[in-house]
Amino acid sequence: MSEHELVSLTIEGVDVSVPKGTLLIEAAKQAGVVVPHYCYHPGLPVAGVCRMCLVEVEKTPKLQIACATPVAPGMVVRVMSPPALEARKGVLEFLLINHPLDCPICDQAGECELQDYVFQEGRARTRYGSFAKRFNPVEDFGGDVLYVPNRCILCTRCVRFMDHVADDSILNVSERGDRALIGIHGDRALDHPWAGNVVDLCPVGSLISKDFLHKARAWELDRTASVCTGCSQGCNVTLDTRQSAVVRARPRPNPDVNRYFMCDYGRGQYRWMNGGDRIEAPLLAERDGLVATDWDHALARAAQLIKGAAGRTVVLASARASTEALFLARRLAGGSSVTGAFRVEYVPGEAPLSGVPNLALRSERAPNATGARVLGYTEAFDAAVRTASEAGLVLVLDEPLHGVPANTLAGAGMVIYLGTVLPEAARVARVVLPIANVAEEDGTFVNRDRRAQRYFQAKATPGMARPAWWVLGELLAELGRGGPFATAAEAFDLLSREDPSFAGLSYATLGTQGVGLPAARPPVVVPA
Amino acid sequence: MGYPHQPHAKETVVLSQYFGDPEARTYQGWVKRGGYAALRTALARKPAEIVEIVKESGLRGRGGAGFPTGLKWSFMPKEKSKPHYLCCNADESEPGTFKDREIMRWTPHGLIEACAIAQYAIQAEVTYIYIRGEFTEPLAIMQRALDEAYREGVLGANAMGTGKRLDMYLHRGAGAYICGEETALMNSIEGRRGNPRIRPPFPAAVGVFGMPTTINNVETLAAVPHILNRGAAWYKSLCLSNPKSTGTKLFSVCGHVRRPGNYEVTMGFPLKDLLYDLCGGMRGGRTLKACIPGGSSVPILNREETESCLLDYEGCATQGTMLGSGGVIVFDDSADMVYQIMRLARFYAHESCAQCTQCREGTAWVTKILQRILAGDGHQKDLDLLLDLSEQMTGKTICVLSDSCAAPVVSGIRKFRQEFEAYLTGARRPAGAGVAV
Ligand SMILES: Cc1cc2nc3c(=O)[nH]c(=O)nc-3n(C[C@H](O)[C@H](O)[C@H](O)COP(=O)(O)O)c2cc1C
Ligand code: SF4
Ligand code: SF4
Ligand code: FES
Repeated sequence: MSEHELVSLTIEGVDVSVPKGTLLIEAAKQAGVVVPHYCYHPGLPVAGVCRMCLVEVEKTPKLQIACATPVAPGMVVRVMSPPALEARKGVLEFLLINHPLDCPICDQAGECELQDYVFQEGRARTRYGSFAKRFNPVEDFGGDVLYVPNRCILCTRCVRFMDHVADDSILNVSERGDRALIGIHGDRALDHPWAGNVVDLCPVGSLISKDFLHKARAWELDRTASVCTGCSQGCNVTLDTRQSAVVRARPRPNPDVNRYFMCDYGRGQYRWMNGGDRIEAPLLAERDGLVATDWDHALARAAQLIKGAAGRTVVLASARASTEALFLARRLAGGSSVTGAFRVEYVPGEAPLSGVPNLALRSERAPNATGARVLGYTEAFDAAVRTASEAGLVLVLDEPLHGVPANTLAGAGMVIYLGTVLPEAARVARVVLPIANVAEEDGTFVNRDRRAQRYFQAKATPGMARPAWWVLGELLAELGRGGPFATAAEAFDLLSREDPSFAGLSYATLGTQGVGLPAARPPVVVPA
Repeated sequence: MGYPHQPHAKETVVLSQYFGDPEARTYQGWVKRGGYAALRTALARKPAEIVEIVKESGLRGRGGAGFPTGLKWSFMPKEKSKPHYLCCNADESEPGTFKDREIMRWTPHGLIEACAIAQYAIQAEVTYIYIRGEFTEPLAIMQRALDEAYREGVLGANAMGTGKRLDMYLHRGAGAYICGEETALMNSIEGRRGNPRIRPPFPAAVGVFGMPTTINNVETLAAVPHILNRGAAWYKSLCLSNPKSTGTKLFSVCGHVRRPGNYEVTMGFPLKDLLYDLCGGMRGGRTLKACIPGGSSVPILNREETESCLLDYEGCATQGTMLGSGGVIVFDDSADMVYQIMRLARFYAHESCAQCTQCREGTAWVTKILQRILAGDGHQKDLDLLLDLSEQMTGKTICVLSDSCAAPVVSGIRKFRQEFEAYLTGARRPAGAGVAV
């Protein structure tokens, strides 16, 4: 039997064909039906404990759990039949009898699967009456995690994550019966580098993030697809923003990169995206130093400098810059000989998530080092800085210039600085052009496995800052070398036309999950 | 013979023949009584032949579900590609049941012989005998017998001198009722929390340590040497009613009878005779009110049902209950059924492994409602609520512990509704401190 053998069945009156072995709960998605569930999570081994996903299967006397029942040919499944609805209503009632109903102060409210399903299928009133509810105090599980046992529905997702995905079995179900609660190893804290995932996995507000505690209500948040900037793994994330501030990052499922997870280091990345030390207007070097101006003047001055530059151009770029900006910056240097360089922080050792192949917090702590390499940038940063003093033009692309002596760049005379913040060394620039950071623009990164992945604008740019692709597009247009671009997609289209490494790709083909770059052309082997 | 009583003429003594006979506990004593002959016969035959004989005998599981034993054995893979295991379920924790305990206390070598035969029949290298943690005396007796069996060459690398290897271990539970459920038992042996597993996969495919496994109750296995010694036809002939129920069964009778204890009778024996003849009837001139025939997990019978119930799988089903483990709990007219049912529910609430929502929350909630009724604070709607919750707790969970909690509640309310009503209307006053919740 082939692995790809298809099985046809009917779910809620919809005919579907799915690969043999598919679980009903997954097959139902194809029929457009989400079977209410708690313990099931596609990234964890099946537990079948919450009994929420009970559905009716024709010719089977008992209701079946959709999360553990594989499809069979000709099966007729009813998710919304009266017996199935009645059973799930029962589960919801049981889950609520000991629940504190403290939604008004619970961080999960608004994105809580208990709220959602009770609203959808539960009963309007409790029959529990005056019995006291179970009470256990809040526990600090260490790391970023608080455990609020009173809200726990014992779905065991957190336990299974630590057991089977993180391979660090420090959580368990302690006690029995209605005294049961999640326990943690007496000598341990939830400090595994990937432990924060238990907060996302928890379907209710039982495991909560200290960092996010009482920061925002779920319904105030805007969600934007992005890519983590923490390392070269390129985990897909969602940035949650409120009033133009990123308040948290959470993993966005991508089966080929990070499945459902992201590491705690990556979660913390959002903080720098809200930094208040931003350049908010273009600046021109005048007699009294840098003076704010408008874009027209700034772009005109920058174009004039580039046109007048003779000799070598040095581009000092950040490995956090978008692929588009990295490409356009080199293009801007045009015919003259160009040295492009970047540098990356390397932290020895990786922190793998053992249950997922090829997923780790990588030692290369930048999201687009591979993109920079593909586009011809080298890591000979110090050498590039040394040549800068003799270069005709130095273009800095959001490189923070830590440790670069101001006089080195001053020697070059002609520095154009595109950046989010203005480090001391950049004050020698003739033109400073304020750009967007990753949360403020559309763009792409190329991860360590040469996968190009898009990120989307999550919040407004401060002041007059614009995306680097826009700024560089305007300059290219002034020089008659392409541009201007109305969108990042147009900038990417130019890249894919001009650079064979990106041939055939577009924002449409990249979608929200990215694709691998076309394989590098294999070297021609001449037969002997 | 019924222990601790003298055998009654109506008993059919097979498994209990040596109850109360300390000499039968020793290897020499057991061999003198014909012990280990069946094992010798078995090892001289092909495993599949033994499975056939057991199938032929009609033996069914005595642990609760009554599944045909030979059929269960035949589910084990014929072609061995992995190690096989036999688990002997000696966790006996069902309230009202205490028959396996006596088998282990008096005929430990009988059980070892039985396990060895079954182990050979299913081609298992190893048997685990999983003993309830509180059974300290049976454990000591079993351990002594097992040591003897190894010493005498019954077990080990050259079992009975046949060159075949048979190994057997005692595994002591920690006293959780749920560990008697077969998949929880396997988890417990593996050193995990005793949680029942979802099925499929079934143990014959993926059992203990992920290997094909058969699990049988002590009493089920204990019948096997007798079947080999005396033949499947003989065993099959032990039948007073339905031909699908064969052999003898030990009933542990407790409660308001004159002579509580273990009694061994032929399948199909009238429950009425068991209670009135063998057990000597009710205490002190009282009358029978109710009876739970199969351990605490099965529906309660009222007096009429009890008196017409035949003790086999089908006879119990006819009365709307189950033979279960054969733990017969008897209530006379002094019993407060509301209180008794609360006690049962409280047991299940305590023992629920907490995996399934309905069971974890339902068992506790049902107990609280029953306690409220007993305290005189019940609401008129409570009975309907109890029935509705019981419905939610039935047929929807991983194992049947949840159903087991619901069964006595539903049958209790149906059959003794007036006792509940009496509390609800105030006709009956809350029980005194001694009986209180
Ligand atoms: C909650 C629960 C507790 C159980 N406890 C026992 C037990 O103590 N002893 C036993 O033999 N079977 C017990 N069983 C039944 C076992 O799961 C299993 O059916 C039995 O051991 C199979 O053996 P048999 O086929 O020989 O009856 C229990 C079942 C459940 C659901
Ligand atoms: S803490 Fe959350 S994830 Fe863990 S068992 Fe409870 S509800 Fe489930
Ligand atoms: S029914 Fe109860 S005891 Fe059985 S697995 Fe579910 S929670 Fe555990
Ligand atoms: S989601 Fe299926 S049992 Fe929990």
